[in-house]
Amino acid sequence: MGRYVLRRLLQLIPVFLGTTFLIYALVWAIPQDPFAGKCGQRACDPTYIAQMSEKLNLNDPLVIQYFKYLGNLLTGDFGTTFNGVSVGEQIATSWPITLKMGIVALIIEAVIGIIAGVLTGLRKSGFLDNLVLVSTLFLISLPVFVTGFVLRLYLGPQGFDLMDTSVSSDPSIGELILPGFVLGSLSMAYVARLTRSSIVENRRSDYLRTAIAKGQPQSRVVGIHLLRNSLIPVITFLGTDLGSLLGGAIVTEGVFNINGIGGLIFRGISQKEGVMVTGIVTLLVLVYLLMSLLVDLLYAVLDPRIRYE
Amino acid sequence: MSDPGSVSGGTGLEASAAAGVDQLSHVDDSSQKQKKPRSLWSDAWGELRRKPTFIISLVIIAVIVLMAIWPTLFTSVDPRAANLDKSLQPPSGDAWFGYDLQGYDVYARAMHGARASLLVGIFATVLTVLIGSIIGIFAGYAKTWIDSVLSRFADIFAGIPFVLGAIVILTTLNAPTENPSVTRIITQVVLSIAVLSWPVAMRIMRSATLVAKQQDYVKAARGLGASPLRIVIRHLLPNTVAPVLVYATIALGAFIGAEATLAFLGIGLRPPVVSWGVMISESRDYFQSAPHMLLFPAGFVTITVLAFVMLGDAVRDALDPKSR
Amino acid sequence: MSRSRVAWVALPAALALTLSACGGGGGGTTSSGNENPDGTVSIYGTEPENQLLPAATTEAGGSKIVDALYSRLVGYKAEDGSTYNLMAESITTSDAKVYDIKIKSGWTFHDGTPVKAKNFVDAWNYGAYAKNAQQAGTFFAPIAGYSDVHPDDEKAEPTKDKMSGLEVVSDTEFKVTLSAPNSVFKTMIGYTPFSPLPDSFFADPKAFEAKPIGNGPMKFVSRTPNALIKLERFDDYKGEDKVHFKTLDVKIYSSQETAYQDLVAGKLDFMEALPPSAKVGEKYKADLGDQVLNANLLGQSAIAFPLYVPAFQNVKLRQAVSMALNREQITKTVLAGSYVPADGFVPPGIEGYEKGVCGEFCTYNPEKAKQLLQESGFTGKLTIQSNQDGGRKEPLEAACNSIKQALGIECEFVGATNFGAYRQIVNGKQLTGMGRSDWSADYPSIENFLNPLYRTGGSSNDSNYSNAEVDKILKEADATADSAAAIKKYQEAHKLIAKDLPSIPTWNEKGIGARSKNLLAAKLTFTRDAELAAFRVKG
Repeated sequence: MGRYVLRRLLQLIPVFLGTTFLIYALVWAIPQDPFAGKCGQRACDPTYIAQMSEKLNLNDPLVIQYFKYLGNLLTGDFGTTFNGVSVGEQIATSWPITLKMGIVALIIEAVIGIIAGVLTGLRKSGFLDNLVLVSTLFLISLPVFVTGFVLRLYLGPQGFDLMDTSVSSDPSIGELILPGFVLGSLSMAYVARLTRSSIVENRRSDYLRTAIAKGQPQSRVVGIHLLRNSLIPVITFLGTDLGSLLGGAIVTEGVFNINGIGGLIFRGISQKEGVMVTGIVTLLVLVYLLMSLLVDLLYAVLDPRIRYE
Repeated sequence: MSDPGSVSGGTGLEASAAAGVDQLSHVDDSSQKQKKPRSLWSDAWGELRRKPTFIISLVIIAVIVLMAIWPTLFTSVDPRAANLDKSLQPPSGDAWFGYDLQGYDVYARAMHGARASLLVGIFATVLTVLIGSIIGIFAGYAKTWIDSVLSRFADIFAGIPFVLGAIVILTTLNAPTENPSVTRIITQVVLSIAVLSWPVAMRIMRSATLVAKQQDYVKAARGLGASPLRIVIRHLLPNTVAPVLVYATIALGAFIGAEATLAFLGIGLRPPVVSWGVMISESRDYFQSAPHMLLFPAGFVTITVLAFVMLGDAVRDALDPKSR
Repeated sequence: MSRSRVAWVALPAALALTLSACGGGGGGTTSSGNENPDGTVSIYGTEPENQLLPAATTEAGGSKIVDALYSRLVGYKAEDGSTYNLMAESITTSDAKVYDIKIKSGWTFHDGTPVKAKNFVDAWNYGAYAKNAQQAGTFFAPIAGYSDVHPDDEKAEPTKDKMSGLEVVSDTEFKVTLSAPNSVFKTMIGYTPFSPLPDSFFADPKAFEAKPIGNGPMKFVSRTPNALIKLERFDDYKGEDKVHFKTLDVKIYSSQETAYQDLVAGKLDFMEALPPSAKVGEKYKADLGDQVLNANLLGQSAIAFPLYVPAFQNVKLRQAVSMALNREQITKTVLAGSYVPADGFVPPGIEGYEKGVCGEFCTYNPEKAKQLLQESGFTGKLTIQSNQDGGRKEPLEAACNSIKQALGIECEFVGATNFGAYRQIVNGKQLTGMGRSDWSADYPSIENFLNPLYRTGGSSNDSNYSNAEVDKILKEADATADSAAAIKKYQEAHKLIAKDLPSIPTWNEKGIGARSKNLLAAKLTFTRDAELAAFRVKG
């Protein structure tokens, strides 16, 4: 097990370098002059541009720039943006908000998705089953921003006035429930369907038949034997999904104007703040890679048939 | 992570398409038990014909394809004819879906928008599946170290969040000083979707290949000295194509949704192209006072995606003998 | 190296500040009429794009803060932008070239050090010096000796670090010599880059950036990037634009939409502009009633003809396009009445504005337009280029449709993803069709609407327009010390430009802002800012 973890960690390195370089190269290859539009309706003074380019290493070749950046990153320095504010500091303010929303979304999708999946899986082909199938299909088909806008429009003060749909700059968990629901809605549908098919499959398995034949009580059969085994794929799905939720937050944050990393990324790209974009992507990639590793390890813990060498 | 079906999240697309990989790859065995061995496909077809969801989704898709090929069949109004006097007018007998800010007829635009949206979906799917399958089957069949390298290479792309990657690619491809043509914009959107999604198709193909590779008939063919190319084409491909096909159907729907999302962010298709995504992005500031600007194109996207997802679902169920 | 570690540690403290700020922000008392002199005002803000130094930033998000932190020699009246002496005791000149400036004594910076003439001179020199890379450095160009500290060639080393035209006479007096007579210099020095900087800035600029110290009505308290900038009343402030509340929270939003919802809900007190969705059908009037604030703005929207594109050198084509534009209808529908049709190159409300300078060429007349088009012989396709974000696309797409219908030729809107991308096209003289050319004046003077835009080589001359006659008159006007006489000259140039029509004036924005119910009074200025001195908080 230890050797397996080590090997996986070593494999992370080239992937990490590849992804960050790819993004770095792309961002800096954006054929937009970072100074165009910086000085309003007039062109920037060439002297100003020359001085700033010097300061930001913009004159070095790309690979050198990247390694200079990486070097700073290793010492924990994410660099500074044009307005002189440290990127690390800006990420530090926004990251917890996005993370909070991601976790809220994950909890919502897990709770609702698993309950719906279990209920329908135990009673295949009933009214409830069909209802869940249709509604999950619908959720999968609805673009996230449409869900977001429609909910905001109709739940908010300008619609039926059921709740306050605006989110403050340092949101509480309560404010994040609606955006979290929107963010997690798609995965919720997948979780429900995954749970359902997994339960349906395991209900026919031999070990379950044995358990029933042994005369164990129904609650124990379902709770211990069926659920535990059926939830393995669901849990792995939820694990890898956290990374995707954080990456996908950019749209949800745009719809609800949440002060998270999505806004930072978007501003970073439109103002060509390459340092900002690369910094955030680096973090997202790290989360993604570590979560997939964690999920694989979790798999071994949950499923006794799997052993890593 | 870079799964456009889940612009907001979800490795779901992969999960739902790959759910039956293990079973699907050796379905041939199960059908051999029958007296007169029918092929997997004719078997599935028999199953599908009786499914209402399959029929419904086929009908919807047929209508939308017709709309894309021949929009004038549905409307005689020019989607670019503006009449500011009618700006933001709600749906009425004259214009079933109302007018948008510029006084364009929303119904006419929705009909004409089908083409661009569908083209993006189809091309992106074809490209994604092609790249993914070729690399996937190669990785699955090749030596372990090649597999490792290719898998890590795929991880690099999979690690980039879809929306973010697409934003960066689309901004990079378009020098701001250029004025990209319609074909060029569509090509770029297609390319960026494919570049970010192929790892999903590759993984599905790879794991299907890994399973199929262990089958006795493959080992036998290898023992008889068949060339690798022959093994791949004759023996592996027919047994691995099913899960990828399921993925492709669902992905096609998802990519149409992705086009809408990119347009919504202002980086996908853009005017003068008329697409559902473009219409949705134009409604952004006005949907509160003129919800019809948002709801109709969004409805079309939803229905189209729904049709493809339903189709994919039905095909998967039909191909998976266990679910019967 | 260890900077970011500090940042991570500092985070909880910063968050705590935000929390307490939000708690205090509401001030939810219901009694009306009473004024709370120690209340809190929260205003809409965007994340500053540059450092918070007077000469480092010209963009709205940063200027808003810098404006409140610093007071300059002259101030502008909120209503019409006319100037009054703020920190200056007197500004005298006989030839519009040498200005003798006396400053009021007794003023101090927020750290208690007195504001001396030297602080102005040092700050201006700092702003102009090329190596300091201050974005607004070019504003010091009229001062003699500017080219020594800021050579035209960006590769050349500056030979000096002080401008010869600035000379300290005493603690309360300094002399400014310009390289050429300039009648609007008196108005110019009210603009933010001309603020003074305290001695502590020059001792440690890095530390100063983190906690700027000014001489203005508000002092800096704290800043949470992308969330909040907190300012507080400076109690020893001597200027007449004192504020009547204690704390100013500049809340950073990434969308006006959300800010507007907060404003309606009473969670935000002031916005200087409203989002398009609120303007559709004049929804804001229903939402806000008497909380709506209006002001004249110093903005001028136009569509420029790049004269380096051969087809546009034909004045008849330019006139035809201008007359094919139904300004009235577009401002009423697409722009939802938040703009009015323009009738010249200078907006109403500016001293020297004359009605109808553009005349019939800015009036919708499809028949005449068609006739002019025929005479011009143009048959191709027209395009209008602009950035497509920020609501810029819609009116221009409508303009294109209007031109298309009136002239019967194709017209297409071509969007760039953002302002930066679009300005790159314009600055690089790469427009292939017409282009959006909106101008917002730096300071309230007719001069600022003409010199930068229509003088040969002007900094925002998007059309690449050049007319020797116009250049000559503008130069004469600049050199006229008597301001009434100078304005006459500028008006003369304005008329000549209108005849050439290098760009077509489209519409002028009406300033529409709003305050929340928590405020008794608020005021919007002609620069689309909050006139903080006019704010009164409900007690």
